[in-house]
Amino acid sequence: MMRWFHQLGSPPHFMAISRRLEPFLAVPAVALCLLGAYAGLVWAPADYQQGDAFRIIYIHVPAAWLSLFVYTSMAVAGAIALIWRMKLAEIYVVTAASLGASFTFLALVTGSVWGKPMWGTWWVWDARLTSELILLFLYLGVIALNNAIEQPRSAARACSLLALVGVVNVPIIHYSVEWWNTLHQGPTVTRFDKPAMEWSMLWPLLTVALGATLLFGWLVLVRMRAELLWRERRSRWVRRYLAGEEAGNG
Amino acid sequence: MAEFWDMGGYGAYVWSSYGIALVILLLNTVEPYWRLRRTERRIARETAREDT
Repeated sequence: MMRWFHQLGSPPHFMAISRRLEPFLAVPAVALCLLGAYAGLVWAPADYQQGDAFRIIYIHVPAAWLSLFVYTSMAVAGAIALIWRMKLAEIYVVTAASLGASFTFLALVTGSVWGKPMWGTWWVWDARLTSELILLFLYLGVIALNNAIEQPRSAARACSLLALVGVVNVPIIHYSVEWWNTLHQGPTVTRFDKPAMEWSMLWPLLTVALGATLLFGWLVLVRMRAELLWRERRSRWVRRYLAGEEAGNG
Repeated sequence: MAEFWDMGGYGAYVWSSYGIALVILLLNTVEPYWRLRRTERRIARETAREDT
């Protein structure tokens, strides 16, 4: 196990492993997203209160789930980066941020588009919406901090620290609908008793959420490869790797 | 079919949500590969310059 961990930490192994994993992430990711979206739009019955507008849930909830999942994973990677100075953890923090920001943005926009017909307003400054907006700013903060600091490793450490401090916002977002009075509906999926959704409506949601998570995993690995090559561009293994790449393509 | 696109009167809201999701996911998918290729080219150029 430790040996495996060490090997994963070594850049050439990471390149090889992540390339081998790529099709196993990409293919199910696309398949599950398409299947879930199709099932959500066509097979799931209309909601008895919200009619067909509820179908926005199949975009909104997976995007919101990823916004929290990605940020939490960045905080964990940030802790690893700060404690063990692991290069790949540093790279994860700075490359996952823009993907996380895009999912947070998507969750906010689709929430707004859903709120208009259901609540009669695009936006309210309530706990759930405001804390999710703060999450977007935290992501943008990590991205800006990384761009502002010239030296990549110091930048990554600063970003790790911000990711770690900002993670306090994650449980606030999650519990906001219980702690405060809000327009936002309560949790439908992550309840300890049975979920508040019919199975025919729920399974497409879980399918999209799983597909989107795999999609994130696939794409963050590609971004990490680019960042790793750039940071290590002076090292021998990168030259060997790129030479092999050219031979493979030519 | 028209009924499907109408989404019980919520068509504009539902389809704009799915549309923006599609755009964001496509951009998210293209950008990493574009970045990887650009990085590889930049390093190749740098290496070539140092070797001459």
